Amino acid sequence: MSTPEIRVEGLHKSFGDNHVLRGVDLEIGQGEVVCVIGPSGSGKSTLLRCVNLLEEPQQGTIVVGGTELTDPDVDIDAVRRRIGMVFQQFNLFPHLDVTENLTLPQRRVLRRDKAAAEKVAAENLARVGLADKAHAYPSSLSGGQQQRVAIARSLAMGPEVMLFDEPTSALDPELVGDVLAVMRGLAEEGMTMMVVTHEMTFAREVADRVVFMDGGVIVEQGTPEEVIGNPKNERTRHFLSRILDPAMAEVEDVPGKTEK
Amino acid sequence: MADTDTRIQPRKKGLTRRQRRRLSRGAQYVVFVAAVLAFAFSADWGRLKNQFAQLPIAEQMFPDIITLALKNTVLYTLSGFVVGLVLGIVVALMRLSSVGPYRWLAGIYIEIFRGLPALLIFIFVGVGVPLAFPDVQYPGGTYGKVAVALGLVSAAYMAETIRAGIQAVPKGQMEAARSLGFSPARAMISIVIPQAFRIILPPLTNELVLLFKDSSLVLFLGVTLEERELSKFGNDLASTTANSTPILVAGLCYLLVTIPLGFVVRRMESKSQEAIR
Repeated sequence: MSTPEIRVEGLHKSFGDNHVLRGVDLEIGQGEVVCVIGPSGSGKSTLLRCVNLLEEPQQGTIVVGGTELTDPDVDIDAVRRRIGMVFQQFNLFPHLDVTENLTLPQRRVLRRDKAAAEKVAAENLARVGLADKAHAYPSSLSGGQQQRVAIARSLAMGPEVMLFDEPTSALDPELVGDVLAVMRGLAEEGMTMMVVTHEMTFAREVADRVVFMDGGVIVEQGTPEEVIGNPKNERTRHFLSRILDPAMAEVEDVPGKTEK
Repeated sequence: MADTDTRIQPRKKGLTRRQRRRLSRGAQYVVFVAAVLAFAFSADWGRLKNQFAQLPIAEQMFPDIITLALKNTVLYTLSGFVVGLVLGIVVALMRLSSVGPYRWLAGIYIEIFRGLPALLIFIFVGVGVPLAFPDVQYPGGTYGKVAVALGLVSAAYMAETIRAGIQAVPKGQMEAARSLGFSPARAMISIVIPQAFRIILPPLTNELVLLFKDSSLVLFLGVTLEERELSKFGNDLASTTANSTPILVAGLCYLLVTIPLGFVVRRMESKSQEAIR
């Protein structure tokens, strides 16, 4: 990887007194799939949200596809068109049907005409296996279907990078698989992806690299075999043992750890 | 042991719960019927009918009360509503602005115009403004004046309703739109405001009903014969005929509009609840 697609340097972010990111450096190469794992409150979601500037960092540099997002004069709307974002809560537009959810951003932001936007929408709905739901409203879809529509909505904008913020955490367990399958397909097509997740199986099988965060810093990173299979750091081991075998974990008090 | 265990013993003394409930409900019906009868017998229906229900007088009000008065009332109301809605959106957005002075200005506007009686605003718009700016003409004469006065009154209420509606749209909607590359203004117009209006449709329609009634204040602006609305029309005719029947008929005309409107609001309310979740 000569020039990284995403480059984060010395990132600091606080919400009031809460210092969430304490100096994060991270590079993601083109076509690389990076899973970010860590306990809640570790700052992993905040880091992801900084990468498309939904959160503005106090300090540090973020470069995506050669454009520095932290430059105060950057055209942030233009950069965000190249970065797809998938949220935990899907955030489909409830007043629009599925096709309109996909076409409205294309028409308003990319200025595509109606026919072209509808063609792209249909292609991307087929890609996530929901061609038959083109005219359903979000409220009539299951969580897994809504999340796949949300992924299709991002893809319809033709992004170079996709960010996933705990995309399966709000889903019933039996619906997780469909969403992960779509993400796996994307990864195989060579999409650059940054995924905040608790799905260790997905991280192990799909990720090129796993990043473990705790306390606002990157504690350990490497291939899935290294980080998940054979963690070096004590905090990583502790976290993994709790998440891989939650029934065996002991009660512990984690003060002031809250995350959206 | 048997004599100490009282848990499953039925109450012996006093009334049971069911008997008490029946008695209480019976008493409420008796009071209600007594009140209605007392009212019906004590009122002097003959004189009331004489003063308020003279059929020949009612007949001579038609068709003008519909083609002129009701039409004007509706026209005043709708024009005031449109002005209020546009101004209300502007004030609501100012209230949510990141620019301090906009927020303060919007706050002051809302406090003043929500606190003043509509009548005073009508006098201010109808008399004060022409005095201060003699060269300024309201477009559309009285119609313009009423639209401005009613608009100023309703904008203050609507701004607060619209602001609440915008804030009721989940934050994720704005974030999703921004992530897709929408500018803040475009996200507001295409994504947030349409959803906000779905939420506030019922209170906005209530505001329309209030405006409908407030349009009667036009009579303080001094209107020509053709510009009269329901209240003025009824009032004028009541004084020429020395009988109050026209007032009753005018009142019925208001209900002719407000009752179906209330019905429509309830329908929309239950429908929008289905649509959103």
